[in-house]
Amino acid sequence: MRTDDLSSVILTLVPFAPLAGGLLLMLLPRRDRDIRIFALVISLLTFVLSLHLPVYFHRAQLGFQYEIDRQWVSTPNIHYHMGVDGISLWLVVLTTFLTPLCVLISWKSVHERVKEFFILLLILETALIGVFTSLDLFLFYFFWEATLIPMALLIGIFGHERKVYAAVKFFMYTMIGSVFMLAAILWLYAHTGSFDFVVIRDQIASGAVPKFPAAAQWLFLGFFLAFAVKVPLFPFHTWLPDAHVEAPTAGSVLLAGVLLKMGTYGLLRFNLGLFPEQARQNAWWVMILALIGIIYGALVAMVQPNMKKLIAYSSVSHLGFVVLGIFSFTQAGLNGAMFVMLAHGISTGGLFMLAGILHDRRHTYEISEFGGLATPMPVYAASYLAIVLASAGLPLLNGFIGEFLVLSGAFQDKAVYGVLGATGIIWSAVYLLWMYQRVFYGKVTHPVNNSLRDLSGFEKLALWPCAAAALVMGVAPILWLGAIDPAVRAALTPFTQVVSRVVRQ
Amino acid sequence: MIAGTIIVTFVPAFSQTLPQSADYVRILPEIVLSLFGMIVMVLEPLLDEETGQKILGLIALVGTLAGMGATWFMAQAPGLAFWNMVQVDGFSVFFHVLVIAIAAVVILSSYEYMAVQRIRAGEYYALILFGVVGMALMSSAVELVLIFIALEISSISSYVLAGFRRHEAASAESSLKYFLLGSFATAFFLYGVALMFGATGSTNIDQISRTLQAGPIPLLAYVAVAFMFVGLGFKVAAAPFHIWTPDVYEGAPAPVVGFMSTAPKAAAFAVLLRIVFVVNVHAIFWVIWVSAALSMTLGNVGALVQNNVKRLLAYSSIAHAGYLLMAFAAAPGLGTSAAMFYTAAYAAMNLGAFAVVSHFANAGERYVTLEDYEGLGRSSPLLAATLTIFLLSLIGIPMTGGFFAKFYVFSAAVKANLIWLTIIGVVNSGVGAYYYLRIIVMMYMRESRKEVPVTPVPLALRMALATCLAATLYLGIFPSRVLHYAQDSAQQLVQQTGPGTPSSASVPAFPEIP
Repeated sequence: MRTDDLSSVILTLVPFAPLAGGLLLMLLPRRDRDIRIFALVISLLTFVLSLHLPVYFHRAQLGFQYEIDRQWVSTPNIHYHMGVDGISLWLVVLTTFLTPLCVLISWKSVHERVKEFFILLLILETALIGVFTSLDLFLFYFFWEATLIPMALLIGIFGHERKVYAAVKFFMYTMIGSVFMLAAILWLYAHTGSFDFVVIRDQIASGAVPKFPAAAQWLFLGFFLAFAVKVPLFPFHTWLPDAHVEAPTAGSVLLAGVLLKMGTYGLLRFNLGLFPEQARQNAWWVMILALIGIIYGALVAMVQPNMKKLIAYSSVSHLGFVVLGIFSFTQAGLNGAMFVMLAHGISTGGLFMLAGILHDRRHTYEISEFGGLATPMPVYAASYLAIVLASAGLPLLNGFIGEFLVLSGAFQDKAVYGVLGATGIIWSAVYLLWMYQRVFYGKVTHPVNNSLRDLSGFEKLALWPCAAAALVMGVAPILWLGAIDPAVRAALTPFTQVVSRVVRQ
Repeated sequence: MIAGTIIVTFVPAFSQTLPQSADYVRILPEIVLSLFGMIVMVLEPLLDEETGQKILGLIALVGTLAGMGATWFMAQAPGLAFWNMVQVDGFSVFFHVLVIAIAAVVILSSYEYMAVQRIRAGEYYALILFGVVGMALMSSAVELVLIFIALEISSISSYVLAGFRRHEAASAESSLKYFLLGSFATAFFLYGVALMFGATGSTNIDQISRTLQAGPIPLLAYVAVAFMFVGLGFKVAAAPFHIWTPDVYEGAPAPVVGFMSTAPKAAAFAVLLRIVFVVNVHAIFWVIWVSAALSMTLGNVGALVQNNVKRLLAYSSIAHAGYLLMAFAAAPGLGTSAAMFYTAAYAAMNLGAFAVVSHFANAGERYVTLEDYEGLGRSSPLLAATLTIFLLSLIGIPMTGGFFAKFYVFSAAVKANLIWLTIIGVVNSGVGAYYYLRIIVMMYMRESRKEVPVTPVPLALRMALATCLAATLYLGIFPSRVLHYAQDSAQQLVQQTGPGTPSSASVPAFPEIP
């Protein structure tokens, strides 16, 4: 097949390949090994297919690429409209990259209802890719809600002790947050007659939407609430630690790696894309919430006795950086925000896998249960160190680039934001390294830990790609930023217009 | 027919007052269903109980299929019949198909239930068929008195059906409660009809519409509509006329609850839609607004604390009546078609849910609490998965009919600028997710602590479930066709009763009594 042909259908193939695989999986007999291999093959195939996107992506070209636009329902005017730009492109690849790793890390640790587990995982992958690729607001909402069920079931069926509580809390928080977005989407449809993102954006920009000025603030808040719960931004974050602690490893990896990015992606795409002026006006308090998230998340992470909870709160802190970068409205800030999203997906995904590996062996996440693990598990300790350093923002690893860009963007906006944000980097070094020290250094404190196995082959296969990606992203960020930068510049254009309009007055 | 022709030819003076043969085609489904109902009644004493169970159900099922065929014939002959009392249009065809399909599914899902609960089948199937006659007639009647009669036919059948678990005190209580409160409500409706006659001098909807549009609307007409709303509000279990619902649903046989919560509701909504169009919407706009908001909120809040699945679904049906009324508040814009779509989607998912519940309840309806559903996902994965899809549809998750139904209703409300009602609605649909989720949680995330026998699913129930499942998914993935049909027939409805359209003056009026 010629690449042009593939380009025209690639955004149907990539999202729906996992779903097709999941449906086929339903028909397979319950032989666990076959099911695992099949799920791995499907997820790898999806990853390979998704590589088509960055390879043939025209970096200099603005707007959406690989677009597909077909009518799905005529009234209301719903289109099957898919497309990616530099912002969503890498999030799709991040999803397809993490899913096979999730399959690998679950190879041994999931032994009950294996078939259901992998079916849910593949359905979840479809929904996640759909969220990042859909350009029709209805379709977006459709996929957005569709992520809820498989994730809630993954937590609720395969999780730990308080799994039901965590699953229901996760579901209800997101559901209630997103119904406000639905109301806002419906308002936009009622007044523009379209669900198409590009059409609505252009209509708003040209001032052709009736009654828009009066409703704009409410619409902004409607979208914002849905995304803020998902990110999660400071006062809406309480579902996250519960969901993470109770979720199975693969669930945590996808939850932290991709699901949270749905929120920041939504803020970037919709809150900035559709309501630039309102985003400007509301930026001050959003940035304050982001700063509270960065510092508060880090401080709470520091005192956690539970490793998984510590990583969960570190996500609150890191995602605060992303929001800070987005609402700084600077080139550097937005580039940094995008980069932190990807870096966080890789490094936190890796951290959750590492925590899961320990849980498989000892059935606990308590940090005090460990100590001196470097002696019995040297390979594990080394891998852990690499990922911890990436997450803490060591130069030459991926965490550094993004946070640096975000902070320089925040400085350009207001110096105090930059200063306060910068403390977050210090805090993250403190809680991560302190945790590393308590778990790995010194003598083995609990004799039972002496007999712990080091990494198995599957675990290495799952972990090392993460570590490698963290290194490559840290050394050659231009590979990613090359596509991100033009898209971010385009996203910022309305803001420079707003600014110049304000200046002229 | 020959006799009719002779009379028409030879006695031209009477030809205006005698029904044409086309008139009978326009009530053909009702005739067919009544006939089959009578056949079931006649055969019942001739057969012994064992064979009766099987054969009578089959006859009733054939009856509904024949009724469906008759609806096709009816659809070919649109127009008024019997001196403007019955109107066949896209709207009435839609509701005919819907209630008859509901009856077919209920008959299929009752098959096993009858045998397990040891209920004599004859009267049961006959009553369902007669009930459907009433509901079908409600959707095509455009004469308030005929609507009342149709309403009574359907109500009386439901009262008796509610009491069919004869050995259970709860069932008798359910039936009596339903009967007493129901007659009270229909009395309200009748009172409303009388007042409307006083206000406009007519009981024909078309006539009333013209009188009301011609001049200032008398206060009496508002009162009349309010009274009619009370009567119909009771039938659809809209707050504040919803108190009976949980008790009646709890006591009545599960398949009957599936029937009661969908078919009579659909019919009552059809009547309400016609009436909403007649009277200027704003006359009862706030009544509907308040009732919609109350129904959604009370229904959802009530359902949160229920432990009995039937009661839970009863409260959920109150909440869904609220969403539907929201579409009414948005009528006549997109509201009508949204409401029609909603009734169809709701019927599919709710019937399916009750079919699973009635199978699972087992003899004497022993297993109907949430705890009984623990571990169902493991002991009976297929049944649990089916129920899950129905529940997800009731929540309004994408790929299911419930999603598009809610979506259309909300978007109609936004289009009509009912922002606050929409916000109440979306918050409610978020809250509502919780209690449906509880059932899913029980099935998949808890281990069973009780010995709950799971019997294999018989063929008839399988067919019923497959039908509901197919309909739920079809409406969730390809909603266009049904929605277009609903939009077209809503358009017809607007044209019929909308202002400034030529009325059917050529059709003779109701004959004067000499």
